[in-house]
Amino acid sequence: MTLDLPLVWAGIIATAVLLYVLLDGFDLGIGILFPFAASPAERDVMMESIAPVWDGNETWLVLGGGGLFAAFPFAYAALMPALYLPIILMLLALILRGVAFEFRHHGRARGKAFWTAAFAGGSVAATLAQGLVLGGFIQGVKLDGKGFAGGPFDWLTPYSLLVAVGLLAGYALLGATYLIWRTEGPLQVRARRWGWIAAGATAALLAVVSVATLFVHPRIAIRWGFDGDAFDLPTLMPLLPIPLLGLIGLGVVVLGLRRAHQATSLIGAYLVFLSGYIGLAAGFFPNIVPYDLDFRDAANADNALSLMLVGVAILLPAILGYTIWVYWLFRGKVGGDAGYH
Amino acid sequence: MDLDALILSRLQFAFTIAFHIIFPSFTIGLASFLAVLEGLWLVTKNEAFKQLYLFWVKIFAISFGMGVVSGVVLSYQLGTNWSVFSAVAAPVIGPLLAFEVLTAFFLEASFLGVMLFGWKKVGPGLHFTSTALVAVGTLISAFWIISANSWMQHPTGYEVLPDGALRAADWMQVIFSPTFPERFAHMVLAAYLTTALVVGAASAWRILKRGAEDESRLGLRMAIGMFAIVAPLQLFVGDLSGKEVLEVQPAKLAAIEAFWETRTEQPFHIAAWPDRATEGNRFEISIPKLGSLITAGSASAEVKGLKDFAPQDRPPVFIVFWAFRVMVGLGLLMIGLGLWGGWLLWRTRGPEYSRPFLWAAVAMGPAGFVAVISGWIVAEVGRQPYTIYGILRTADAVSPVGAGQVSASLLAFMIVYAVIFSVGVLYILRLIAEGPETPPPEVEEPPGNPLAAGTKGAAP
Repeated sequence: MTLDLPLVWAGIIATAVLLYVLLDGFDLGIGILFPFAASPAERDVMMESIAPVWDGNETWLVLGGGGLFAAFPFAYAALMPALYLPIILMLLALILRGVAFEFRHHGRARGKAFWTAAFAGGSVAATLAQGLVLGGFIQGVKLDGKGFAGGPFDWLTPYSLLVAVGLLAGYALLGATYLIWRTEGPLQVRARRWGWIAAGATAALLAVVSVATLFVHPRIAIRWGFDGDAFDLPTLMPLLPIPLLGLIGLGVVVLGLRRAHQATSLIGAYLVFLSGYIGLAAGFFPNIVPYDLDFRDAANADNALSLMLVGVAILLPAILGYTIWVYWLFRGKVGGDAGYH
Repeated sequence: MDLDALILSRLQFAFTIAFHIIFPSFTIGLASFLAVLEGLWLVTKNEAFKQLYLFWVKIFAISFGMGVVSGVVLSYQLGTNWSVFSAVAAPVIGPLLAFEVLTAFFLEASFLGVMLFGWKKVGPGLHFTSTALVAVGTLISAFWIISANSWMQHPTGYEVLPDGALRAADWMQVIFSPTFPERFAHMVLAAYLTTALVVGAASAWRILKRGAEDESRLGLRMAIGMFAIVAPLQLFVGDLSGKEVLEVQPAKLAAIEAFWETRTEQPFHIAAWPDRATEGNRFEISIPKLGSLITAGSASAEVKGLKDFAPQDRPPVFIVFWAFRVMVGLGLLMIGLGLWGGWLLWRTRGPEYSRPFLWAAVAMGPAGFVAVISGWIVAEVGRQPYTIYGILRTADAVSPVGAGQVSASLLAFMIVYAVIFSVGVLYILRLIAEGPETPPPEVEEPPGNPLAAGTKGAAP
């Protein structure tokens, strides 16, 4: 049996990016919610809830970038220059919020205030930058052969701005639902309120982005059986479970926000993200650089892909194993006097 | 591609990578130091080891965080600014960088969380294991990145396909290219020395200000041991590395030594002002014949000069020549510090009582960082005009991006890095000035837990 290596690798990279979004999404979301906390002590608890895991979460971004370089170098070489400015903005924002984890606690009054603002501002900016990258990606990248041939601001459109705002709402939802799971008392009550607002905004923006995508990007519309006026049912039907999953996810979020004190609403938010992610992938697969570069044409040499696959087969289960162990170790509610001091 | 974007991209890469290397060269050594301290504490139950651990782990947390965020930049910057390089090099070194993420980054990131915040969640054995895994992770990371760099310096184990693309022919030759062992040893020793110099300086400072407490006495003596053993060893490994440069990158060696003519009995230039325009040194202070002797092992050996290479194939001479001298000069000072400290340990009451030595140790605190950056300048600028030696010129490796974007990003990096660097250094120096605590033993403070400082003040 021969493996379809590029296909396997497309799956691996897609999984890495998805895990990044799901995991770093909630800790970026906590940064987005930072300004709304009631007190510095509450901010401490919010940060404490992610301090042991944020670094591991961000490593999935390095795997996404490094993996794209290693598995689909032509996609990496086309996308990075095309999305130059939002990528750099994302990196700078991640730097500011990343160092804030340590700096915030070593600063005196002014220093602490500055790094609190840097954590919040960096989280918002990183999220918007990721949204612009995503929006620019969905719009498509102008290629000449396999190389980027467009302008420096091709990614900047009303559509990409809309996607960026949508992602901001989505990450805020992940942050709020994560806090419901990991905190208790007044902060949890507040997180629940943030959750309702973020859930409403996410649902609305997801709907707007979905409709905008159909109108702005005819190729995706065709994939979904939409010709500008009406849907072609035989094309649409097989894809219908994807938006359905999103709706179920929203239902689970609502259920969790109303009653549950654990991870129910976070799981619901994850289902919403999963639905959006698969929905997008369905729109442009098998392109890896929409809409002119196929993942097979962008793939690295077979011997490189197979060597790395051996590594992944051994290492990824171990990575997932100890990542789950670390989450399990730091389980339970944080904050107040229930902390680990 | 336009020329300005090329120069700006080179500046940006040099700036961001030089900034980044500061932190790994410290944390590689510090992680191992912490593992040793925790191990010694578990075995001897000497509280001084634990206090030293609790002290240095806070500094480790700050430095490691800065290393992580500045490292993420590099994994994307290869694509944003060097997309042609990425496409050409990925078939060969792509897996090396992917393996770095899979074998090192996740390991470090996950167990760092346990190391910093798990003090009360896991037993001492498991906590020590976490510290050790972080230390191993830093070394694995160095392994892969030096492997990739060694291949770029001296590519082996690849083939060129009919369409011009590269492809790995023998992975063992790619990963363990001939210059890799020396380079890896050189980098790891450099990291250990850098850390030892910082630990030595912080301990000496503490002794100067507060007198010799157990923790600082211990820290100083451990550092002296490292200078005395590692600094001479580094000279030896560096010399091996230099011999390989002579063999595989003769143009780089000629630049390092500012040799212009190919001849036997090359002189050694202690100082010189190499000038590419006149193809000679504007002035030089030299020792006859010594150049051939130390580069090739014999005064009568013929060593190539830069004029043997076409002008467009020569690396910049001035910066490579001087960066090398800074590195070696500091290395010799480190050996001197080791000898001095060793002598004080052996023949006197101890190094704690020699104020001149303590001040010298403080002054040498940053020397490791300067030497590491100088060494990388020698390696990377000396490889020019190539990115992949002999295969891909730097001018051909750059992304199709405009000078406007790159100048904006370079400026933004300079501002952000200036802020986080000065603040990070300030916080680390503040911690060093405070020194290790000698609290009553019942206070169980989670190591490196940044929240501890706040709650301690608030608690009754």
